Amino acid sequence: MTPHETNRATQYTLYHPRWYRTRVSTYWWLRKWCYLKFVLRELSSVFVAYFVVITLLQIHSLSRGPEAYARFERLMHNPLVIALSAISLLFVLFHTITWFNLAPRAIVVRLGGMRIPDILIAGSNYVAWLMISAAVAWFILR
Amino acid sequence: MAETIQLEVTRYSPEHGSVPALQRFEVPYRKDWVVLDALNYIKDKLDGSLSYRWSCRMGICGSCGMMVNGEPKLTCATFLSNYAPHAVRVEPLRNFPVVRDLVIEMTDFMVKLQKVKPWIIRKEEKSIADGEYMQTTSQLDAYKQFSMCINCMLCYAACPVYGLDPLFIGPAAIALAQRYNIDSRDQGAKERMNILSQHEGIWGCTFVGECTEVCPKNVDPAGAIQQYKLTATKEWFKSVLMPWGAR
Repeated sequence: MTPHETNRATQYTLYHPRWYRTRVSTYWWLRKWCYLKFVLRELSSVFVAYFVVITLLQIHSLSRGPEAYARFERLMHNPLVIALSAISLLFVLFHTITWFNLAPRAIVVRLGGMRIPDILIAGSNYVAWLMISAAVAWFILR
Repeated sequence: MAETIQLEVTRYSPEHGSVPALQRFEVPYRKDWVVLDALNYIKDKLDGSLSYRWSCRMGICGSCGMMVNGEPKLTCATFLSNYAPHAVRVEPLRNFPVVRDLVIEMTDFMVKLQKVKPWIIRKEEKSIADGEYMQTTSQLDAYKQFSMCINCMLCYAACPVYGLDPLFIGPAAIALAQRYNIDSRDQGAKERMNILSQHEGIWGCTFVGECTEVCPKNVDPAGAIQQYKLTATKEWFKSVLMPWGAR
């Protein structure tokens, strides 16, 4: 090694040929269940978007009269659409439950110097979910 | 004959090979031995050329973090009895360049740590004659958990975001920034915001949450980052809705 090289080797540089760097595998998310769970939670957003689009389409066809709505209903009765909706429902439930359970980590509320327990933060989300679902069900089924 | 246990240890010698390889060692198995004891046995009795970092052997210094059977662990707090009679694989911390054997290069973390200014910033320092900065126990409680970080970098080894994007500031540095942001004596939150609210700061985090799982000190870096995201969002809304309030 020349003196010049020795001098260079002692300096910190981003590229250093003698350090061994491992590449992150493309399939890193299959290595552990928690990583896979994270990727599924991210993927679940696609199905949330799917339900939003379906709801918008439903409202749109409703506004265009009974015939348009009957067409929409026929489309929704297609076995492929039913299967897709069932898978979407599972993903949306997974999305909701995992995020509600994570909410206490992000939301820290202090009352009288004490941190409100996690179960109350997550619980209030579940209560709001139930109440809104009940209101929607009452509005549609009454 | 005394009981033994197999250790598979990563060896990497930049002078002799371009790729690390596992080397098997047989060490005595003792119930009260941690992985670090086994590594010390190898260095003392079997192969003095084995390189690794360690110091306090009591979970304070944060030097002996390695991958033990694929999980980031402090080797001074990981007992062989958790794995016996199976072999224990010891590898250098993931997501960092390897210098030699089990020694990783940590300058990247040190640079990032300094970047987020993890110290108390005052607009105006009080003089010593004015006395200390007082704090109540509940003000201490607000940040105490985040102050337990020992800079062991296990969270960086567990974070897939850091593995994929080395520019990400990372869990420990953000948690330590948040530790000072919520310290009642600190006034530097705005200065830190410039670094933390970048894409490579808090927004790089996708909340995988593994940093918190592997933390030996229960710091909850993932929580710190999400809490800071909320703060940054509130600040952003404030600056849009009340631009006259911005300083």
